[in-house]
Amino acid sequence: MVKPQVAGAVTANARVDRTSAIELVDVAKEYTVHGEVVHAVKGVSLDIAEGEFFSLLGPSGCGKTTTMRMIAGFEDPTRGVVRLYGQDVTDVPPNRRDVNMVFQSYALFPHMNVWENVAFGLKRRKVAAQEIKTRVGEILEVVGLTGREKRRPREMSGGQQQRVALARALVNRPRALLLDEPLGALDLKLRHTMQIELKRIQREVGITFVYVTHDQSEALTMSDRIAVMNDGVVEQLAGPREIYEQPATAFVAGFIGTSNLINGTVSAVDGAHAVLSLGSDDRILIPSGSAPGQGEAAVITVRPEKITIARQRRDQEVSQVRGTVSEVVYLGTYNSYVVTLDGGAEVTVFEQNAMDGTSTAERGDSVWLSWRPQHSYALRGA
Amino acid sequence: MTTVARKAGTGRGRLGDRLLHAYTWLIIVWLSTPIAVMILFGFNDRKSRSNTSWQGFTLEWYRRLFEIDGLTQALINSLLIAVAATVLTTVIGTLLGLALGRYRFRGRGISNFLIFTAISTPELVMGASLLSLFVSGNLQRGHATIVIAHVLFALAFVTVTVRARVVGLDPSLEEAARDLGASTWDTFRLVTLPAIMPGVVAGGLLAFALSIDDYVVTSFVNGSTSTFPLWIVGSVKVGIPPQVNVMGTLIFALGAALAIVNAVASRRKA
Repeated sequence: MVKPQVAGAVTANARVDRTSAIELVDVAKEYTVHGEVVHAVKGVSLDIAEGEFFSLLGPSGCGKTTTMRMIAGFEDPTRGVVRLYGQDVTDVPPNRRDVNMVFQSYALFPHMNVWENVAFGLKRRKVAAQEIKTRVGEILEVVGLTGREKRRPREMSGGQQQRVALARALVNRPRALLLDEPLGALDLKLRHTMQIELKRIQREVGITFVYVTHDQSEALTMSDRIAVMNDGVVEQLAGPREIYEQPATAFVAGFIGTSNLINGTVSAVDGAHAVLSLGSDDRILIPSGSAPGQGEAAVITVRPEKITIARQRRDQEVSQVRGTVSEVVYLGTYNSYVVTLDGGAEVTVFEQNAMDGTSTAERGDSVWLSWRPQHSYALRGA
Repeated sequence: MTTVARKAGTGRGRLGDRLLHAYTWLIIVWLSTPIAVMILFGFNDRKSRSNTSWQGFTLEWYRRLFEIDGLTQALINSLLIAVAATVLTTVIGTLLGLALGRYRFRGRGISNFLIFTAISTPELVMGASLLSLFVSGNLQRGHATIVIAHVLFALAFVTVTVRARVVGLDPSLEEAARDLGASTWDTFRLVTLPAIMPGVVAGGLLAFALSIDDYVVTSFVNGSTSTFPLWIVGSVKVGIPPQVNVMGTLIFALGAALAIVNAVASRRKA
């Protein structure tokens, strides 16, 4: 359903002079709830570079917020080490860690106006009054709230409160900014505006951002790198393009965008490609690097927009499977097909809307699906 | 609310609306009549010892307010005790409310139960048991024992009021303060306390009101000290002097003023 938004993303690992801002070494967190041990985070290791826009992405309960709270110092890890610029801060309380957080609920102080909210951190650090004035003024300009210093939080819209929360954290010039689903409470349109805005602010202030979200399109749009989390572990850590194009596990493939999973057995491995046989005429080619050995079962993934739908069989150099169209949905810019393969699997196909606005096949039609070998991967641990 | 009702526009809806208004006014009159009578008879130009029938307007009792020594002393005692009890109750009750609203700890359930018990125990029982406690503890009865007793029964009300406020508090407010470099004490002073302040003030007012007019418990533990309510009850047989009405009026006015200030202040903040 969600269209890929990888086009504008920055390529991962492009940085050369890489300073490590935040390091997690095998960090785990266990809680005891009603006498039962809950493993919220089961050993996460991350190395977040200075100036990076790093996202922790996953469904609710995957441990992403707990991981962030351990960086902020609100949770003590059960085991493992948290480092900030090489310094072990595992036992340092939050008020003495040089990171700041933007809370999901904004957590603005209701009895203080905008100026007092933003100046709070600087006052605690005993910064001189004149410097506080300058820095608060500057940061309010960056977030576009100049002239609203005297407003109370409840007199402002959600988007404005969001900016106050951002300014209140950034004004301290932390070594990293932690954002816990900061756009969760905004409506869709405002979310998109704020996504672009956040990216701009990050470029301007040059601070490392660690961003927690369950919204995959948000993570893909903004991040330099993404750690996809599930059930307390990092399933994949890579740039947005790689996460989308080469999902490492079935979970990542399913969580990011729409993905087709096809089961098969490796029937042959020849040079560059491994061949997966499904039925008599069906064959799927995958890069042999990712494939298991001959005779072994494999699960492959392929994105709906990489598949070509046609009535005839095409040449030999591509993956080809046969099926019957069980559903066609017109979605404006593209058509979405659900094709039931002869083996029983259901495959979703997106087809760019043709010039004349017609679709290639109708419900009940027998069709051939094909895609290039490099667009499908055998999933790890499948 | 009225716009919605008017838009509904049916005859039935309008009738219901009127009935609701009438009922509301009835309740207001019902609640305020005794207070009005008390205020009114403070201006009564009474001729006999009893102050029960209206005989004309006068300001004499306001002028001669402090002429009855026993009454004046009783009022001073009551005010001193109420202030002391309010301060103690507010401090202890706020801390209790914070702990019960915030933390899960061993004994939390039993604490909540005890709070409920303190509210629901009949005053007679509380007074009698306190008296036997003080007697067996060989405590000189007077101001101190009255304050202890008042703190005891008012504490639960403050605790409950503050706890409600604490439960409704966004926990990330305090985390935000910590995150921005505030120490534990600064976090409490600058963020937590202002946020729960309306509850604290409301609880304090409640404690003051409970203390200043308590009769039952006080009558057990007062020793030879008289308080305003005790003095009034003692004078019933010989006729309550109009000064009592005047003092009652002034105490009521003070309480009402404080309640209004708190309501306005918390509306401006919250």
